[in-house]
Amino acid sequence: MTSIHLSPGQVAASLVLVALAAAISFWQKADLERDIGIATVRSFVQLTAIGYAIKLIFEADSLWLVFALLAVMVLFGALTARSRAKKVPDVFWPLLVALALAGATTLGLVVALGVFEPTARYLVPVGGMVIGNAMTASAVALNRLGDEMIDSRAKIEATLALGATAQEAAAPFVRRALRSGMITLVDSTKTTGLIFFPGTMVGMLLAGASPTDAVRLQLILLYALLGSVAIAGLVATALAYRNFFTPAQQLRELESN
Amino acid sequence: MLFELNEVSLTRGDRRVLDSLSATIPPGATAVVGPSGAGKSTLLRLLNRLADPDAGTIAYRGKPLGEYEPLALRRQVSLVPQLPALLEGTVESNLAYAAGLAGKELDAGHCLRLAGLDPAFAGRDIAKLSVGEQQRAMLARALSQGPAVLLLDEPTSALDHATRDAIEATLAELRRELEISIVLVSHDPEQARRLGDWVVRLEKGRAIEAGPIEGVAL
Repeated sequence: MTSIHLSPGQVAASLVLVALAAAISFWQKADLERDIGIATVRSFVQLTAIGYAIKLIFEADSLWLVFALLAVMVLFGALTARSRAKKVPDVFWPLLVALALAGATTLGLVVALGVFEPTARYLVPVGGMVIGNAMTASAVALNRLGDEMIDSRAKIEATLALGATAQEAAAPFVRRALRSGMITLVDSTKTTGLIFFPGTMVGMLLAGASPTDAVRLQLILLYALLGSVAIAGLVATALAYRNFFTPAQQLRELESN
Repeated sequence: MLFELNEVSLTRGDRRVLDSLSATIPPGATAVVGPSGAGKSTLLRLLNRLADPDAGTIAYRGKPLGEYEPLALRRQVSLVPQLPALLEGTVESNLAYAAGLAGKELDAGHCLRLAGLDPAFAGRDIAKLSVGEQQRAMLARALSQGPAVLLLDEPTSALDHATRDAIEATLAELRRELEISIVLVSHDPEQARRLGDWVVRLEKGRAIEAGPIEGVAL
């Protein structure tokens, strides 16, 4: 595989486009200049830091370090998703378990099937994508679950009043939440290559890889991501709905703000 | 006694919804009356264990509610909420769901007739029924479980007078046909008089009166 080299000057030059974005926001009073500034600084700091971390991990070539980095990603993913699904009580643990299981199962399978070698070079970037997509999917699913459970309180209680279990009463809403968590990736997978070029493929083409290799790697990643968002959505919703109920199969009192 | 409530209290937020409420409810038809906010609906929810009190005890047929398995209790003591809340699908699929939970064979026509609906309603889509028809479908759904007690929360509050009279007639008919007790929440003293043999009057979370309907000033 050939590789390309970029100078700090080239990165700095691309800031012109950030300035353009900020100017548009200012001109159209979109009130996003501050956020654009924060996003630019954070992306720079975060990517630079992770770049050095990955460099160290690649050089150390230790699987333990890889697992440690993935564990940190899972933890931060769960913390980030938590703030997007505030209506679910005690939402952190379902998210943590969902991301950990999605990451472990997906990476475990791609390695077991011989798709990737179990080395830092593959596990770190693929793990990052898998956990990141799992985070987005479970955050969307649990956000939806929170809305559904609060809006459908009367229906859920009416079903409980018939002697249904919490699981039975919540089932239609859990199903819808899972669906909404998965649908974005399913839809974007359908249109991939037609409407947008996915990032990995773009990266490989820019780095000088053959289009065939770029496409194959992209397909592997898309399929792996489909699996991981399904696992994350399933585990997150299956654990989180329980937090709305008491052990006596009663719907907890919640603030509906 | 069907239900015995002893010093039952429940607080939600900073509001004391039930305040050391003590009352007895005999078999038969009991009307729970009182102004809005008196705790009537909350009382019904406690009897079916959709909620538990913070303090005090409730017994059903002499045994504390906590000693019943909650799901089995809810099939025996069936609550019909104030507003219809049916599952998507047909009237019959709702009835079948409830009957299935209770492990009962469904006779949809029989349940619909008891609730005052024509058996032809079985195949109708829930979403296309009027509120009055949905309320009857709720009643039919509860009856499909063969409950011993029906807890009815303002069963006619969302309905016009003609529909209200029809539902009241249905409930009176139900009591003649089935061995069933009814606990009915109503803000309407006249309705309590028409349907109840026993009355419990609540005010500010306490039972201020309880006894045979003839002896209580409404």
